[in-house]
Amino acid sequence: MVDERFEPKIVAFLCNWCSYRAADLAGTARIKYEPNVRMIRVMCSGRVDPTFVLKAFALGADGVMIAGCHPGECHYLEQNYKAMRRFNMLKHTLKAMGVEEGRIRLQWASAAEGVQLASAINEMVDQVRELGPLNWAQNWHEDGEVEAAIQRIEEEHAEVMEVPA
Amino acid sequence: MSAAKKGKLANYWAASCGGCEIAVLGINEKILDVAEAFDIVLWPVAVDAKVHSIEKMADKSIDLCLFNGAIRTSEQEYMARLLRRKSKVMVAFGSCAHEGCIPALANVSNREEIFQTAYHDTPSTDNPNGVRPQTETEVEEGKLYLPLFYDTVKTLDQTVEVDYYLPGCPPEPERIWDAIVAILEGKLPAPGSVIGATTTVCDDCPRTREEKKIKEFKRTWEIIPDPDICLLEQGLVCCGIATRAGCGALCPTVGSPCIGCYGPNEGVEDFGARMMTALASVIDSDDPEEIERIIQEGIPDPIGTFYRFSLAASQLRRKTLEGLDPSGASA
Ligand code: FES
Repeated sequence: MVDERFEPKIVAFLCNWCSYRAADLAGTARIKYEPNVRMIRVMCSGRVDPTFVLKAFALGADGVMIAGCHPGECHYLEQNYKAMRRFNMLKHTLKAMGVEEGRIRLQWASAAEGVQLASAINEMVDQVRELGPLNWAQNWHEDGEVEAAIQRIEEEHAEVMEVPA
Repeated sequence: MSAAKKGKLANYWAASCGGCEIAVLGINEKILDVAEAFDIVLWPVAVDAKVHSIEKMADKSIDLCLFNGAIRTSEQEYMARLLRRKSKVMVAFGSCAHEGCIPALANVSNREEIFQTAYHDTPSTDNPNGVRPQTETEVEEGKLYLPLFYDTVKTLDQTVEVDYYLPGCPPEPERIWDAIVAILEGKLPAPGSVIGATTTVCDDCPRTREEKKIKEFKRTWEIIPDPDICLLEQGLVCCGIATRAGCGALCPTVGSPCIGCYGPNEGVEDFGARMMTALASVIDSDDPEEIERIIQEGIPDPIGTFYRFSLAASQLRRKTLEGLDPSGASA
């Protein structure tokens, strides 16, 4: 019997000018990487609002990667430094929320670094596979006790209402 | 205001401190105009009304319900559903109903941990028999019930459909009055919107803003801030930049950083994410190690700093339940 291997869902935000091209290069050069990433092209790593990352986790991602040009090479001058600082804020906040550090990764990759990006993706997929499913929305699931509890209140109130005036 | 045909008004109080109920009285003598325009059918802090009389009313017979408080027990959820059914317009009144507010900071914990603290661990607890609230208890006369206490605090709109939001902890009297007038005159914005400004606290703040470049964040007790310069520029984590105007920038005006009680401004989906973006822009460093130090030392409590009022309404809503003592059924 083949045991079911957990296939993590990873959302990756890739900068149009470097890392997205690196991914493209990996493709044309037939460098294999794990199919678990869903890539989203953004104009710059600085475009990645922390909301995107939080939303990805809330909607079921098991990991999120942000990839951009190497420091000093951002096409919008300083924006990847901003991405770097935001990433750090996010990392601390996610840690406080109980999201393991291995589920978020900031990766620099120039347009020529198809191999590096592919291996970073593989590494991350392995790491997240090890951590297991995140299943974030499970965290606010109340086990169906709620409906029973509310029904009890309804019944109780109905009983009181029946008492003749 | 015409008193031709009186409408019906209900105020309700769920998981909140009660300040919102009092805030309605902050409109002072205008409360008489409210009483002239509405029959008040429910208002726990001020009017002796019974839940049963609400239950007997026809559906949609209450014109306006101002619901304050978050939802953390089955009884509160029952009341939210009941009032939703009976009311034409449902307003999430104040930060707790709108986005969870302080009660929702309990979302870093769960029922089991909260009960453990409240009924066993606090130094002032005297509970030799280890008594805890049960949803059902057998007594001679029959069964007694208590509401179910949830693991996770919810906002009102995570519980029932909400027509309008009135932000603030608590909403300022002038804003409450504006909203009541808008409702009476039928001059309401599109359903689902926040009744309030679409600018930020910074827009109302009298301090001068120049360039924000910060090498370290400061806690309020560490400095006596300059009276004229932007507090964020002085290293204090001021949330004015993410927060909806409405308070008149009360706190920063007197030298205390905005903590975000008026909730996210229009277009801000996640208050904390907006703050992270803003703070990332003002840190004056490109060196990963230095950045790490500034953030780690300056923001030791990211949830309390970024989500003090909005944890339940945030994208992640709560801390993971994993690793917390599972509460199981509380019965
Ligand atoms: S353009 Fe690539 S990170 Fe900014």
